[in-house]
Amino acid sequence: MRKQDFPILNNVVYLDSAATTQKPQVVIDRLTKYYQEENANVHRGIYTLSQIATMEYEKVREIIAGFIGAKEKEIVFTKGTTEGLNLLARSLGETLQQGDEIVLTVMEHHANIVPWQQLAKERGVILKFIPLTSDYNLDMKKAEELITEKTKIVSVVHMSNVLGTINDVKKIADMIHKKNGLLIVDGAQSIAHMPINVHELDCDFFVFSGHKVYGPTGIGVLYGRKELLEGMKPYQYGGDMIREVSLNEASWNDLPWKFEAGTPNISGVVGLGKAIEYVQSVGMENIEKHESELINYFMKKIEEITIIGPENNRGAVFSFIMEGIHPHDVSEILNASNVAVRGGHHCAMPLMKELGLTGTTRASFGMYNTTEDIDKLFEGLQKVTEVFK
Amino acid sequence: MSDLELYQENVLDYYKNPRNKCEIEEYTHTARELNPLCGDELTIYLNVKEGIVQEVGFQGTGCAISQAAISMLTEKLVGMNVVDMKKIGKEDIYGMLGIPVSYTREKCALLSKKVLHKSLEVPQC
Repeated sequence: MRKQDFPILNNVVYLDSAATTQKPQVVIDRLTKYYQEENANVHRGIYTLSQIATMEYEKVREIIAGFIGAKEKEIVFTKGTTEGLNLLARSLGETLQQGDEIVLTVMEHHANIVPWQQLAKERGVILKFIPLTSDYNLDMKKAEELITEKTKIVSVVHMSNVLGTINDVKKIADMIHKKNGLLIVDGAQSIAHMPINVHELDCDFFVFSGHKVYGPTGIGVLYGRKELLEGMKPYQYGGDMIREVSLNEASWNDLPWKFEAGTPNISGVVGLGKAIEYVQSVGMENIEKHESELINYFMKKIEEITIIGPENNRGAVFSFIMEGIHPHDVSEILNASNVAVRGGHHCAMPLMKELGLTGTTRASFGMYNTTEDIDKLFEGLQKVTEVFK
Repeated sequence: MSDLELYQENVLDYYKNPRNKCEIEEYTHTARELNPLCGDELTIYLNVKEGIVQEVGFQGTGCAISQAAISMLTEKLVGMNVVDMKKIGKEDIYGMLGIPVSYTREKCALLSKKVLHKSLEVPQC
């Protein structure tokens, strides 16, 4: 599927899309065009160039809103998933009292643990973690017990960057909404692998990074329900996010600009807009279908490796271990065959501890990968076995 | 690197059949070091008398490079004095491994040197 649209893929079997995806030529061209023809600061100048830059920037908000089923005002541009989660921990955290509870899961990325840990230390908030079942899914029975009237926020990953597990976010939404709490969904992985509609997921916030969905690095999106964002305090202060400033006072701009202090990543935004248009032209359903074929193909080939993740209900992210061989050695030998995979703890040290592992090797797929790529991976793994036999 | 130069037989042999991989009964110096990113972990034990290493051992888990490097290093330490051990540098480790160590694997190779030097910093136990 469309491998030819990604120039960098001529020379490598790239199986690290969970870390970052490669960029199609149309996105690369869009960034160049922005700097060659449209560069100016946004929301400021009366001159034509600034108008063009502002229009192009704001147009992307519309594209993103359409992509995830939200309203334009509900789309805040961030640096990425990590900043989105920090914004939420900071801004929602202001309203929490000592003894309030936040429920996370043991499969979270560090970005969805550490901001809450800091908040817990500062405000005496209690963190609780939904455990795993033996087949690498969330234990929904335990979730039901952990989510109580005391729970103000549940923040959960939609698709695990280690296990590939796709969590039943809708079910968790029902649990927390019954208790009048809020649901945050970390969509860093899921955004590139399945159609997303924030209303169908019934989440209050959804965060993702542009670079994991074929866009540039340094740009991300925070979706929040309008009435919630309106009631929240800004996360950073400075230019663009204000309505009026005197020497001792300031008032805030409307949504979503209230949360976008300083000159934003304009080129990143227009690049992300192009990436989303590109993905839409291929069709999210088609991408999902293609990747599910890759998953089936992959699952038929595993013999010498042990998959750390569920058999079903998963995305195309495969963590695995090979007896007696460290993930970095696996990755290094695969690199010699020009196959790029990741080895290590994948920014999920608590999960690794839970699993009793120091790390895994991870092969993760994108829309451009093919069954031939999987063949090359397994040829490479054959070499690993030979070297260490 | 197009070839698998990193995984030469010598290195793999030290990984699969490590020398001095044990906690020695009597030791005067010990230290633990780890590479949190990759999970390599080493503990070294030295028995030093009158400034000279009498016996050495290590425990550890991790990649082939980190484990082979410490095993090779421990073989060089018996009979060596503390001053010379402190002088062991990056190039000595690379020379000992005899393989091209890339930027990304530097930390794996040099964890051996780091744990040795750390053990010499702390007062004798």
